[in-house]
Amino acid sequence: MKKQLIVDPIKNGTVIDHIAAGKSFAVAEILNLKNLDNLLLIGMNLSSKKIGKKDIIKIENKILTEDEVNSIALISPDATLVVIENYEVIKKYKIKIPPKVHKHIVCPNSHCITNIEEVETEFDVMKKKKVEVRCKYCEKKYGIEQVKFKF
Amino acid sequence: MKHFISMRDIGKQEILELLALAEKIETGKIKPDLSPYLGALLFFEPSTRTHFSFDTAIKKLNGKSFSISGTGSTSVKKGETLADTLKTISQYADYIVMRHSIEGAARFASEILEIPVINAGDGTNQHPTQAMLDLYSIRKTQGTLENLHIALIGDLRLGRTVHSLVQALHEFNPTFYFAAPRHLKMPAYIIDELKEKNIPFYEVEDIKEILPKLDILYVTRIQKERFAVLEDYEKVKDAYIITAGLLENVKPNFKVLHPLPRVNEITTDVDKTPYAYYFQQAKNGVPVRQAIITKLLQLA
Ligand SMILES: [Zn+2]
Repeated sequence: MKKQLIVDPIKNGTVIDHIAAGKSFAVAEILNLKNLDNLLLIGMNLSSKKIGKKDIIKIENKILTEDEVNSIALISPDATLVVIENYEVIKKYKIKIPPKVHKHIVCPNSHCITNIEEVETEFDVMKKKKVEVRCKYCEKKYGIEQVKFKF
Repeated sequence: MKHFISMRDIGKQEILELLALAEKIETGKIKPDLSPYLGALLFFEPSTRTHFSFDTAIKKLNGKSFSISGTGSTSVKKGETLADTLKTISQYADYIVMRHSIEGAARFASEILEIPVINAGDGTNQHPTQAMLDLYSIRKTQGTLENLHIALIGDLRLGRTVHSLVQALHEFNPTFYFAAPRHLKMPAYIIDELKEKNIPFYEVEDIKEILPKLDILYVTRIQKERFAVLEDYEKVKDAYIITAGLLENVKPNFKVLHPLPRVNEITTDVDKTPYAYYFQQAKNGVPVRQAIITKLLQLA
């Protein structure tokens, strides 16, 4: 039954495929899915030829913004994005880690100016073994799992 | 260069140019005229030494300044945002020197103001004019910044001056030695950056063994308040004290630096040795700060 649902096509919307297994919750949070009325399918721990195990999210009637895609790339760099219109795949691409993230990451440092004055955050992204981000203001560096996203 | 906020913004070439400018000012080869300019010295977090140093730097070039020290004298206390306070003050001044306990405050100021901003310390983050005067002191005593053996001892975890200094020296082919109590060691991100750049560094227990190799020993204060248990402090404090007796086998060019204030981590008998350089180091803050102001006002 689960498999059936997952392969079920959607008419219009977005499929986020090859999400690292277990990361679909974090993606759902970025996309604020719990407050969305759209038809939504989340599959977890599906087997994947490419990455072993994967999660997948299908959302009807939603096109992701560039900022949303960039944030997803930070927590699951191998994800692919499929845009569907009238049951047809009109765009399919591997998402890319952006060099910078504006506004959507909250700085975990409570002594940082971004948590005190009205100022948009900006983080430099560094990808080594894992993804890290550095606040432009307080210059503190954090693992991506340490930060919260804000949309 | 529009502002002076972080050592991260400044490359090797700019460092060398600023140091050369500071030297020209110190030796009297040039004398920039600051008399048409009014500087605002905004020490939201008080710091007597840095404040005096900037004040001296400005006055000796005939410049004028006004100051605040602490937030008591400003409307910050009345609930005004920092942005509004700064925007208002910037209507009167030609440039701002700012110390604030909030990290990133100076960068923020530089983004919302039309006039140059100099960071005189933002919380645990940066203190770039201190880093510059440290570099100036090293170059002045060693004749170069290249290929030096530099040890940093004391509180390496929370001391932002040591972090900025290590980062500023990345491009100068240094060899580092770090000596610190277990829980005051150099933070991982500083160590990671050194590894990435293949810069040799050694974490040492006993400073004695490495002293004969050193060109510079940079000492910082271990603050009692950093220790949860007083016995832990008592156990380690003497291991990081420099005495004249320790300095018997050092190289002739060897110098001891310290950002001051010191407590007992350098005993006063060191002051009389030719290796003590910490008071001259403080004095070097004047031409370095003059050079930074001169550069930002585009007077050289
Ligand atoms: Zn921050």
